Amino acid sequence: MWGRLKALIVKELLASARDPQTRWVVLFSPPFLLLIYAFAITQEVKNVSIAVYNQDVGIEARELISRFEGSPTFENIVYLDSTQAISRAIDSKQAIMAIQIGADFSRLLAAGKPADVQLVLDGRRSNAAQIVQGYAVQIVANFNAELAREKLPPPTAVIARAWFNPNFEPLWFAVPALFAVLTAVVGFMVSALTVARERELGTFEQLLVSPLQPVEIMVGKTVPALIIALASATAMLALGWLVLGVPFRGSLILLYGSMTVFLTSIIGIGLFISSLASNQQQAVIGLFIYMMPAVLLSGYATPIENMPDWLQWLTETNPITHFIFICKGVFMKDIPASVIFAHTWPMALIAAFTLSAGAWLFRRRLA
Amino acid sequence: MSEELVRIDAVSKRFGKNGPIALTRLSASFFGGHVTGLAGPDGAGKTTLLRLIAGLLKADEGALDVCGHDTLRAQGDIKRDVAYMPQRFGLYEDLTVIENLHLYADLRSVTGGARTDTIERLLRFTALEPFTARLAGALSGGMKQKLGLACALIKKPRLLLLDEPSVGVDPISRRELWRMVYELVDQGIGVIWSTAYLDEAERCKTVLLLSEGKLIYQGAPETLTQSVAERTFLVADITGDKRAVLTRALDAPQVLDGVIQGDAVRLVLKEGEKAPNADVLQAGPAANVISTPPRFEDAFMARVGGGAKGASPFAGAPKHGADNDEIVVEADALTKRFGDFTAADRISFAVRRGEIFGLIGPNGAGKSTTFKMLCGLLKPSAGAARVAGLDLAKAPGKARARLGYMAQKFSLYGDLSVRQNLNFFAGVYGLSNAARKGAIARMIETFDLESYLNTNAGSLPLGYKQRLALACAVMHDPDVLFLDEPTSGVDPRTRREFWGHINAMVSRGVTIMVTTHFLDEAEYCDRMALIYRGRAITSGAPDALKRRAASSKNQNPTLEDAFIALVEDFDRKEAA
Amino acid sequence: MNERKNIPRDGWRRIRGLTRKETLQVLRDPSNLVVAVVLPLILLFLFGYGVTFDPRRFDIGLVVEQPTPESGSFSAALANSPFFGIETARDRRAFEADLIAGDIKGIVVLPADFADRAYRGNTAPIQVIVDGGDPNTAELIRTYVQLLWANWLQQESISRSLPLLPALVNVEPRIWFNPEVSSRNYLVPGSVAIILMLIGALLTALVVAREWERGTMEALLATPIGIVELLIGKLAPYFALGMISMLISVATAVFLFGVPFRGSVILLGLVSALFMLAALGQGLFISTLARNQLVAAQVSIMSAFLPAFYFSNFVFEIDSMPFALQLVSYAVPARYYVSSLQTLFLAGDVPSVILTDIAGLIAIAGGFILLTALATRTRLD
Repeated sequence: MWGRLKALIVKELLASARDPQTRWVVLFSPPFLLLIYAFAITQEVKNVSIAVYNQDVGIEARELISRFEGSPTFENIVYLDSTQAISRAIDSKQAIMAIQIGADFSRLLAAGKPADVQLVLDGRRSNAAQIVQGYAVQIVANFNAELAREKLPPPTAVIARAWFNPNFEPLWFAVPALFAVLTAVVGFMVSALTVARERELGTFEQLLVSPLQPVEIMVGKTVPALIIALASATAMLALGWLVLGVPFRGSLILLYGSMTVFLTSIIGIGLFISSLASNQQQAVIGLFIYMMPAVLLSGYATPIENMPDWLQWLTETNPITHFIFICKGVFMKDIPASVIFAHTWPMALIAAFTLSAGAWLFRRRLA
Repeated sequence: MSEELVRIDAVSKRFGKNGPIALTRLSASFFGGHVTGLAGPDGAGKTTLLRLIAGLLKADEGALDVCGHDTLRAQGDIKRDVAYMPQRFGLYEDLTVIENLHLYADLRSVTGGARTDTIERLLRFTALEPFTARLAGALSGGMKQKLGLACALIKKPRLLLLDEPSVGVDPISRRELWRMVYELVDQGIGVIWSTAYLDEAERCKTVLLLSEGKLIYQGAPETLTQSVAERTFLVADITGDKRAVLTRALDAPQVLDGVIQGDAVRLVLKEGEKAPNADVLQAGPAANVISTPPRFEDAFMARVGGGAKGASPFAGAPKHGADNDEIVVEADALTKRFGDFTAADRISFAVRRGEIFGLIGPNGAGKSTTFKMLCGLLKPSAGAARVAGLDLAKAPGKARARLGYMAQKFSLYGDLSVRQNLNFFAGVYGLSNAARKGAIARMIETFDLESYLNTNAGSLPLGYKQRLALACAVMHDPDVLFLDEPTSGVDPRTRREFWGHINAMVSRGVTIMVTTHFLDEAEYCDRMALIYRGRAITSGAPDALKRRAASSKNQNPTLEDAFIALVEDFDRKEAA
Repeated sequence: MNERKNIPRDGWRRIRGLTRKETLQVLRDPSNLVVAVVLPLILLFLFGYGVTFDPRRFDIGLVVEQPTPESGSFSAALANSPFFGIETARDRRAFEADLIAGDIKGIVVLPADFADRAYRGNTAPIQVIVDGGDPNTAELIRTYVQLLWANWLQQESISRSLPLLPALVNVEPRIWFNPEVSSRNYLVPGSVAIILMLIGALLTALVVAREWERGTMEALLATPIGIVELLIGKLAPYFALGMISMLISVATAVFLFGVPFRGSVILLGLVSALFMLAALGQGLFISTLARNQLVAAQVSIMSAFLPAFYFSNFVFEIDSMPFALQLVSYAVPARYYVSSLQTLFLAGDVPSVILTDIAGLIAIAGGFILLTALATRTRLD
């Protein structure tokens, strides 16, 4: 039994190592993708263009505008001379936000009365618009604080401290989540396509007439996929840590332990899809049907807290959700083992379920 | 003389700068109004030549003139005059028969009444009328081939190119294909038929023999056949082991080539030599050596210098104390149903140790289903399959450890090296460390794989691929070896070498189960079962089947004649 | 003479024949319909009901070091706001583990001298501790606390009629096109681009690769069909499949999820058609490079699907990316299509946006078709 398994595992590993395509897909492209997309996933907003329509000639208005000019968020400020121009600038995406300052702005302030500043934001990009709005509110608040200081001792605003990532380094945030998703993609790729491919090449029959049991074939497919995906994850980890400079504060042993469970659950799903598919196209499409919702519901692109409760429940059955959480935790926070364990056992359950479902389906397809 | 359709002038073709040479300065002519055979081993350049003629490839050197057009300048004109059926027939398996025909009618601009008439005529011609709404993928091999031919003929071409049309096709369909091709030829169409089977080449008016990209013979097949006249003999009425007689005959200095033919051994002698004495061959008291008419294959073998000599390295002491009456493979009322359809219906037979047992039958008759149940790839719906006394349903692992399996298409891991493949199969069959090393070393020596050990299996020459596939299948020293169309599309020389090894294993007590469409190969069997419509309609030794089919019209039927006669006979009885 | 006159008509017949064949094949393989119909519905459903940027409530920890009337009043303001779910403690250490474990998203600390600082001090009265691992959430929490604080101060000064504060600048934000700031309104149009990209690039690349693998391409090439006819005939059904899928998605978005559609249907058809051409062109180009399905699938995922997801302003802001990646995004057709879709759905026919996008799409589609024509062979070698 052990000898047969070992032969199967060694063969799978050799086949992946010798086939240039697999080598590329599994070992080189994930770190490459990590490198590219780590920079693409930023949730901060910067370098955007805004427009200003200032009807006031007073000094306060110019003061306020200069605060916006000085902010690194706004790369380019367009000066407008009419309300129509505001609508043109927003419509044509020239600016994501337009600031309108009324003619009596300075006069009102000087008189000690409240003055309004109007912000017009492009709702087509409402996520970015909201963040830009946040920046604007902050700038106005600071401006208020300084105005007040001239008259009264001011109540300064809020002091915020960010733990774990005090400077809001976007890479620190992007890399752990991307690492988790790409690890999942590799796990899927090496498991879902192997069986479909062997079936098309005819080598699968050769396996089936050997004394190997279905369970042994299942294990023999899982273990090498696991080893390959772990190797690929290690390459990405090294890249993120050593090249991109993302801190790693948690325990490597805990990360690898939970990653093994995670990958086993992913490979179980992959083998399950593979046993269902009768050719490679179906395997690829099956993968998409599962992977796109799984990634979208993992909290990777949008926060899980924003989802309705029933969907939040559903995300508990998604291994990617748990692993993203663990990755963010071990990279930046050094989360304790108990928290990691709390997110690992659901993945173990998923793995147990999908692997046995895969083996069952496997056996059925043999009959 | 009929018109010259293709003139090939010193054409060379090589794939890639340093790639293999496919054709070297080849010159030849093809004429209308008859069938020209294009024969030669796999990799000889047959497909490349056909693709060059069809304008699908560009020659590196030389010129091709097809139907009066130059292939380089007038690709469009050639596509109008030439019809081409590629190896896998070029059918869309997810379209129905009629949809495939309409597609090619559109592509070849056959319209209106002409289209209706043509399609009707072709459906009649191919006897596919009842199946117009069936998906091409659900047709049997023979029907696919006929549909492929119909698609190629949708517009009457001047030249028809057929690339190995008979691979994977049963004898009945093959015979019908020939009938259809002869009809076309009578209308003046030129046909080029490429094949690895020399009995097919023999039926052509002229034949081109290719070997390693070179033309080694061009002319009428009879002319080549006559070159071995008076040199072909049969050793008949052998008592004892015919395979041992063959081995001894091949060792005799005057013998160039030999094969098993039913109960007899067929020999080709070297030029000017006398036939060996039956006593020398130890063929038994009743044996005699009689002259027999030469065949094209004999001449081909003589031209390439004969097959492998003497005993295979597999020969050796019998395993298991040689209890020859032991039943090793047993089908006991094997039945397989797919839904309403019964693919195999209560098939029973028993195979003794050291026998070669063949399963033959038309495409889709249940032959592969039976075969798959016997080696554990399919679960029977009823009945039992036993190997070495073990029921495949009850002890699948144990039973599978006793059998070796060689699939129809090359199914080793192409991206692993020869050594890695050997290691893998040794491991999968659970050989212990010491046994594994010994077995691998023995295989490397036996099959002469030393120089290819680090080559990827996928890039081996065909002969070596077969050796490796066989090596992987027998490394664990199985009691039974299952061969699924082992030499389909393989040239006679490689085939002889292959069967040399098989014969040697049989002499040691290994049992062989084989399926084949190719009835020259079936001659190697000791006994065979003819599977038709899900049932084993008859069984027996090849010569017994031939005798059963003998009639006043055909007193000396070939195995192929016998096959067709027995199937037709069965149909008649069923109808009655 | 007659022969020559028939040539164009023969060409059309060949295209028609091939198109019919391809259509039948599309309809017979359920996996095509899964990509064209099931996948869009799944995605729309997720974006329509679940996946959203619109913040709901954040659970935060509130530390009140010394309960006073002032801290009590501000705590109530926090607790009554729609933004926060509050848990209270006296010591921030009580929440540290929760923040690490991700059970809460931030900690708001009201120090012992909160009341003093609130009215007098130069030091900030409130401290907000957020999880820097999630900058988006962190930023939102900070902004909300800031807003609540400003409101609270105003309320306090009014209720106590204290002239505590000078008149200040008020911010009056208005979000155009999408006043209720529903991310569904822009995620749903964006997802149409992803789906059309899958149909255009992935399916076509796979289908051509399969013809090579199964040997049917050889038979096709041996017929009189020309290369242009071959490409048109093969692509037409996928073009139609993409447009049908687009219509299903748009109808679902508008009628089921109530996403507004303010532009003209004709322009929607035009940009969608151009985008399909670009996607098909990319798929075809991939298929000229990859002759087996495995490679075709992988190359189209990496070069078509992922860029459409990342470099289209669909989820991630292109403006915020490094310059090199911004340059890359100009070659991604989805960038132009998503921009047009979001404008057509939410803003209406804005010529300056749509025309720019159309120009971009034409350039990319033309580029890919030209590359494909150069790379396609009518021979096998």
